[in-house]
Amino acid sequence: MPSTPPEPAASRAVPSSVELFGWGRTAPSGADVRRPTSPIELQRALPTSFERGLIARGLGRSYGDAAQNAGGTVIETTDVAAFTIHESDPNSDTVLVTADAGVSIDRLLHALVPQGLFVPVTPGTRYVTVGGAIAADIHGKNHHLKGSWCNHVVSLHLQLADGSVVEIGPDHDPQLFWATAGGMGLTGVILDATFRCPRIGSSQLVVDTDRAANLDAVCELMRTGDHLYDYSVAWIDLMATGAKMGRSVLTRGRFGSAEEAAPKIGADPYKYSASELVSAPPFMPAGLLNKLSIRAFNELWFRKAPVERRDEIQSIPTFFHPLDMVRGWNRIYGPAGFLQWQFVIPFDATSTLSTIVEQISKSGCTSFLAVLKSFGEGNAAPLSFPAGGWTLALDIPAGVPGLGPLLDRLDDLVVGVGGRIYLAKDSRVRPELLPQMYPRLDEWKAVRERVDPNRRIMSDLARRLGL
Amino acid sequence: MRDALGSVQSVLVLGGNSEIALAIVDRLVASRCKKVVLGVRSPASATTTLNRLRSAGVDADTIVFDALDPASHTEVIDAAAERMGDIDMVILAFGILDGHAEIDTDPVFAAQVIQTNFGGAVSAGLASAVQLRKQGHGTILSITSVAGVRSRAENMIYASSKAGMDSFSQALGDALIGTGARCVVVRPGFVHTHMTEGMKPAPFATTPDKIADTVINGLQKNKEIIWAPSIMMPMFLTLRHLPRFLWRKVSAT
Repeated sequence: MPSTPPEPAASRAVPSSVELFGWGRTAPSGADVRRPTSPIELQRALPTSFERGLIARGLGRSYGDAAQNAGGTVIETTDVAAFTIHESDPNSDTVLVTADAGVSIDRLLHALVPQGLFVPVTPGTRYVTVGGAIAADIHGKNHHLKGSWCNHVVSLHLQLADGSVVEIGPDHDPQLFWATAGGMGLTGVILDATFRCPRIGSSQLVVDTDRAANLDAVCELMRTGDHLYDYSVAWIDLMATGAKMGRSVLTRGRFGSAEEAAPKIGADPYKYSASELVSAPPFMPAGLLNKLSIRAFNELWFRKAPVERRDEIQSIPTFFHPLDMVRGWNRIYGPAGFLQWQFVIPFDATSTLSTIVEQISKSGCTSFLAVLKSFGEGNAAPLSFPAGGWTLALDIPAGVPGLGPLLDRLDDLVVGVGGRIYLAKDSRVRPELLPQMYPRLDEWKAVRERVDPNRRIMSDLARRLGL
Repeated sequence: MRDALGSVQSVLVLGGNSEIALAIVDRLVASRCKKVVLGVRSPASATTTLNRLRSAGVDADTIVFDALDPASHTEVIDAAAERMGDIDMVILAFGILDGHAEIDTDPVFAAQVIQTNFGGAVSAGLASAVQLRKQGHGTILSITSVAGVRSRAENMIYASSKAGMDSFSQALGDALIGTGARCVVVRPGFVHTHMTEGMKPAPFATTPDKIADTVINGLQKNKEIIWAPSIMMPMFLTLRHLPRFLWRKVSAT
């Protein structure tokens, strides 16, 4: 296929230089943004000049600079968004779905749930695309049983830097497939993917909630009970200190049957509605979120949770996507923006987990609720983030004094026990730590060398980390 | 690339012997910065700094830069980009400080001060902006002065040159909105350096290290204007609006 056909007028519909942010709104950069509206246009959107390369972008939910490409080309894929739910044997546990890379989990859910289906994995927001899900190999509350997104992908089409399109999967060019899984979009432009979606008994979840007084207590609850639940996550208060350090609210659940859902939603067990209730104001002054306001919020939130509650019926948005109810919530951090720091460390490094939680609490670093989860085993992808162990994710306003050195020290603790941080969340890690965090980095680089020797596929994250 | 906390990986200092700029560079190097190019009139003058940076593991170099030769400024920026790849930050740190009354009677030297401090900042700033736009990212850190907020009879040439530089830098920052590049203005108060040796310190006089700490903090907070020390902001926002007869009295003390 020719790689440089004349460009259709439609992809010039937007101004050619646009400043793009990640979700944390921290280090924007300018790029030639193209927004193809058909699969053919998408394939033709590769630029004629690759001086500063190209990266695909979905809904911009990576916190840092993964979907930015300063001075180069960025292809926004979200206008190419068709998908097919394949015919299947009614007795099979899963159904195959083929979706363009630009399809969001939000759109998928609106189509899947009424048919008694769910996505294999969902993160804390449904505003991520299928392409992004693969590029970041996203995980969710079911990781301890089901692994990450790419474990459920059967095949995908990838457009390489030379313009050619290849079909890859775990059985077909597995090296390239697993380098693309979690590869942050740097192996090529993902065009579409086919993946397995599980059946569900209703659109409602049966949820158990446990309040844990401190870090040890919540870890113990997860260690002894997570295997009994399909979905599990703990919300942890990192501003609590002393005996309360690490106090958490653990919510775990599974999809309920039609009978269980009926008292709440009536006759149609697959009734699904998800909407944004409010919008964050467009402009927020600096310093609105401070130690006092966040501490008060965390206190209120902890006290509001029941000490122990069983079999509560919750909707999909309430259980999986609470933050999606506020459109643009990332703006509440004001002009300095915010970052998310997420790491995983092995289960046997529990004392390091305590040390990290203690250092964050003590630093007085203002952090809303953080999320703690126990991961199952990782997959075959060299750059996939999840690995067996504890993962903790926290949002921090970027303006907090001393934040850089604090996170550098915590990175060292993570690396010291063989842990790593999540690239889709990263916006500041020291590049020299990457080979330690991802010991198979060279394997990944070899695949990239094979498919893109001239580094035509490029992002700000790749530049910053020397990928 | 700049990271979420304002750290950069490469920096070009125009006026590579500026104590304030070098204090900023030391902090950038302690964080993520691995490449430094110092633009100086005479490379020999920067040898000590260069050796210090190199022994700290920094890929450091000098480049000949003369603020009074605007025709060369694009070449200087291109050469720096050739040397270090993307320029994450350009610090405009060159300048002449006239604390001496003789300058009032030396129009030629006065014009040279203006050409260096203001004219040089304009041509070097514009040349940098071209490169930063092309890259789609980068910060011009323009070191002006609180003196530029309101000129005093005693330092009228220096102050008005910095007023021009400050005004230009703000407008350049506005022009760069949407490109990924930006221009951040730093307004130091009185700083104890070689440049100010023998001068009478103004209130809240400070040191290059303290200025640099404030700048790093301001970059992390994504500020467009950094007053250093921060008390300068309320102070000068008041002073600039004083009636002239009061300003004459206050500024003369």
